[in-house]
Amino acid sequence: MTAAKISTTASTSARPVPSYLELREQLSRRDRSLRDKVVSLEEAASFVHDGDSVGIGGSTMSRTPMGMIWALIRAGRKGLTCSRSIVSSDGDLLLASGACDHIVTSWFSQGILWGVSKVMRHHVESGKAKFDEWSHMAMGMRFRAGAMGVPFLPIRSMLGSDVRKQRPEAVEIDCPFTGEKILLVPALNPDVALIHVQRCDAYGNAQIDGLQFMDIDLAIAANKVILTTERIVSNDQIRRAPDQTKIPFFAVDAVVELPFGCAPHECYGINEPMIRHMEHYVSLVNKEPVKGMAQYLERYVHEPKSWNEFLALIGMDELLEAARAGKSIYDA
Amino acid sequence: MPRAHSHTAAELLTILSARQLSDGQVVFAGVGIPLLAATLAQRLRCPGLTILFEGGVIGAFIEPGKLPPSTNDQRCTKRANMVLGSAEVLLLLQRGYVDVGFMGGAQIDQYGNLNSSFIGDPEKPKTRLPGTGGGNDIASLAQMIVAMKHEKRRFVEQVDFITSPGFLHGGDSRRASGLLAGGMFRVVTDLAVFGFEPTRGRMQVISLNPGVTREQLQDNTGFVLEFSAHPGVTEPPTDHELKMLRELDPERLYTA
Repeated sequence: MTAAKISTTASTSARPVPSYLELREQLSRRDRSLRDKVVSLEEAASFVHDGDSVGIGGSTMSRTPMGMIWALIRAGRKGLTCSRSIVSSDGDLLLASGACDHIVTSWFSQGILWGVSKVMRHHVESGKAKFDEWSHMAMGMRFRAGAMGVPFLPIRSMLGSDVRKQRPEAVEIDCPFTGEKILLVPALNPDVALIHVQRCDAYGNAQIDGLQFMDIDLAIAANKVILTTERIVSNDQIRRAPDQTKIPFFAVDAVVELPFGCAPHECYGINEPMIRHMEHYVSLVNKEPVKGMAQYLERYVHEPKSWNEFLALIGMDELLEAARAGKSIYDA
Repeated sequence: MPRAHSHTAAELLTILSARQLSDGQVVFAGVGIPLLAATLAQRLRCPGLTILFEGGVIGAFIEPGKLPPSTNDQRCTKRANMVLGSAEVLLLLQRGYVDVGFMGGAQIDQYGNLNSSFIGDPEKPKTRLPGTGGGNDIASLAQMIVAMKHEKRRFVEQVDFITSPGFLHGGDSRRASGLLAGGMFRVVTDLAVFGFEPTRGRMQVISLNPGVTREQLQDNTGFVLEFSAHPGVTEPPTDHELKMLRELDPERLYTA
């Protein structure tokens, strides 16, 4: 049998994987008791600190915690490192507002319908922001390792590619059992996870309908979890269908009730993407990534007095159409 | 033979790549033309084709006129057999349950390596592209069909950056890098259909699309073309194929 041959330890320039005791220590400091965690959107923003590593739930234009991201930008957060399975216009907003200067993901643009994001290009090509690229499965296994309390997981992709060459944090070894080459991807335990769900109780027992993406691993891996939810329901209602509960309350630190909290992105069974607003957004920012983005942030993020006022700017017609299309997933 | 009437390059690409799939296969499809072509194959000839999406869907059955804007949207789940986590569906690929991976690409080279990350020097890129998504995973682990527009700047001798591996530098280099399964099977373009020579892993013309000459194909390709022993001529799209495709994508979301 071939002995495990660690060709190199991960580059020291990369964000280190915390030691197991450090990870346990961070968790033991949290108040994990069964308690009411409901806060306002503004209060929830204070759970995130400048420079934090932030894991974002959902994928592309689906179940994106847009309301929470919107609130972090309004609160003036700086220097965040944001990780997500696939990043859409949420990444544009985070970079252009100055809230984030480092994105860790497998794919970053607004969506395939609109080509390449000029906002992403502007920030990454000029060196204003970093975009670390991992394969989609690698992102999943990084969150999973974080959720499992182990420092890495082995994967069979990325090998041989330039995606792998750009990531010295990943370590190639000869498998101690088979002798085959395999890639170890480091655990990702974000300081805080932002996740939007269809319903949860005041304690944070969260039910997710439809596509769950990487959100369960992300929630368990993170050192703090902020949930935004379409509805807060009673604990009795959660207990009627415990098989639908995907995130346990003890992993959750804050709960915000935020209807249409993914707008203009979609939330399974609630609303499809608000495509007209997205098209308005994309035409504005892909024409002029700096000026257009500044205009968008001013009008849609900073000026509205509340999330509801932002929804009003999207418009009743579009909101209702998106909601109608969202519910149609349950049609026969 | 049914006469092909006018169609767009994207329609031709969708129809020709749909023909590469067979009934009973499990196909992992990317967004855009692959999603549309797999759906078209399902409607035309392969009712038992199982489509997987990286958003976490098994057995997708996309509704005509309701194409999803990504493979992570709720529209992908309608009438599916199973909805699961993104990591779970990618692990099925790693376990070996997927017969065919099916995706598009921005740039490809003679060994079938795909680039969707950088144009120009990655250290000082002329253009930062969106990146791999699940592309690297699919190309690392499954037999691949790639559908893409044929342009000289897209068909290059060596890609600027290997996002999704083909046969890397040819010969045994793919296997030697630790990629033990999968590899390039077909590349379908609006000008021709390609396979790969088994020992060197180099792209070869299998058939030219109707009306395309060898010279025209070479003029639009950035490396010296190789032809298989008896290259054929691709059957043109039939009226039935075009009609079904236009029912699926009436707004020409993917086939403009």
